[in-house]
Amino acid sequence: MSKICTADKAMARVHDSDMIAAHNWGISGSPGYLFRALVERGVKDLTLCIPNFIPMPEGFVERGLTDPSILLPQVRKIISPFIGARGILSNLSETFLSNLAKEGRLEIETSTHGILMERLYAGATGLGGIYSPVGVDTIVAEGKEKRNIDEVDYVFEKPLRPDVGLIKADKADTLGNLVYRGSARGANPLIAMASKYTIVEVFDVVEPGVLEPEMIVTPGVFVDCVVRIPDEDIYSGKRRTELIQLLAEVMLARGM
Amino acid sequence: MKDRLTEELLAIRAAQEIKPGDYCNLGIGLPQLCASHVPEGAIVQAENGTLGYGPLVDQDNVDKMDLDFIDAGGSFFTPAPGMAFFDILTSFMMIRSGRLKSFLGGLQVSERGDLAIHSLSSTDKFPQIGGSMDLAWGAKRLIVLMTHNTKDGVSKIVKELTLPMSARACVDLIITDIAVIEVTSGGLVLRECVPGWTPEEIQEQTEAPLKVADDVKEMEF
Repeated sequence: MSKICTADKAMARVHDSDMIAAHNWGISGSPGYLFRALVERGVKDLTLCIPNFIPMPEGFVERGLTDPSILLPQVRKIISPFIGARGILSNLSETFLSNLAKEGRLEIETSTHGILMERLYAGATGLGGIYSPVGVDTIVAEGKEKRNIDEVDYVFEKPLRPDVGLIKADKADTLGNLVYRGSARGANPLIAMASKYTIVEVFDVVEPGVLEPEMIVTPGVFVDCVVRIPDEDIYSGKRRTELIQLLAEVMLARGM
Repeated sequence: MKDRLTEELLAIRAAQEIKPGDYCNLGIGLPQLCASHVPEGAIVQAENGTLGYGPLVDQDNVDKMDLDFIDAGGSFFTPAPGMAFFDILTSFMMIRSGRLKSFLGGLQVSERGDLAIHSLSSTDKFPQIGGSMDLAWGAKRLIVLMTHNTKDGVSKIVKELTLPMSARACVDLIITDIAVIEVTSGGLVLRECVPGWTPEEIQEQTEAPLKVADDVKEMEF
């Protein structure tokens, strides 16, 4: 059965108070098209589990790019090792985020990139959590169980089992088998495995048999909905050159 | 005022720690500057999922920008033969497996090699821990690059950390703008002095006690 559907239809599975996992490490591999669809869905009180929360420099969201910050009005809690409001020119000022947090409208849980991945892995495989040697006696261990096993100290980290995973791949077949390109792979395969329901945005959809079976990174069993980015969207394969030009401007704005 | 190393020279000295055959990770900030000085035969890892990428795209070759070729700091890179891509779970297995030489920036290092990378507390500011704690904990060898003193002249090499710790007893070598210092089980050992500096003058700038290596030498580039 084909898993192709529209973003609208896919988003009907997202509800108030859900935990959403998504990849973000710059624009590469981040589901920018689905972020916009989630805004349109209008659900609230979401928990957002994301490796990085990096807003665009000022003015680029207005020009059609998206970033996780557009979800802020719908988000109650962010679980992320890196919130990039400080130090880089951004769409959001640190003060804005800080005020949200102070008013109790936004909760922030920190982690490390590696531990966040292991927590998702634990969620994916049904483990009850992990004992991590990373983070012992640091700010990420505050309020967590510390345990010594064979003379090494560990901190207990709970598993993460997101309700919905929003991911991006290069190509999908109609069965939901996915291939990625370059560093856009990111946390996408793991988020697909850890989430109860996974929605993927792709540049291109092909028929079963077109993708080399050996090259498939995420087998279709982990994917529920395949959304092909419409040609007219800035994130579509058709407008790739334009997007790259826009990103060159983003780099300049960040002084890179 | 004595001359201190520029960031570029500090990075050149740090890159001498990378040998052909090494796998290494260059952290955000000062360590990134080592990228242009990595010797032939060493392989650089980006924690967002690449091993062995080519030179970064700069403003002279913007036409080489590829949407899907970005390093951990968000810079675009060019492909290189033998390059490998992987997901971030795999990437951090690599990082924590003790196979990488890691280069990190730092705000403080204690005499036991405890490292503080962030001044933030979890309660009042926003976390920017990223992968630094994993890199510090799991490195085969951890080299910290930082200025020796803060802008106000305070020593960053201290007896006890006053900033939040990132990882305990993890640092192997400290390279600053005036010295190279090794962290040993017997304390900090001064290995190299930047030209123009004596061991005594470096100790004056350093809160933690330094032992001067028998073969202490002038830094070479």
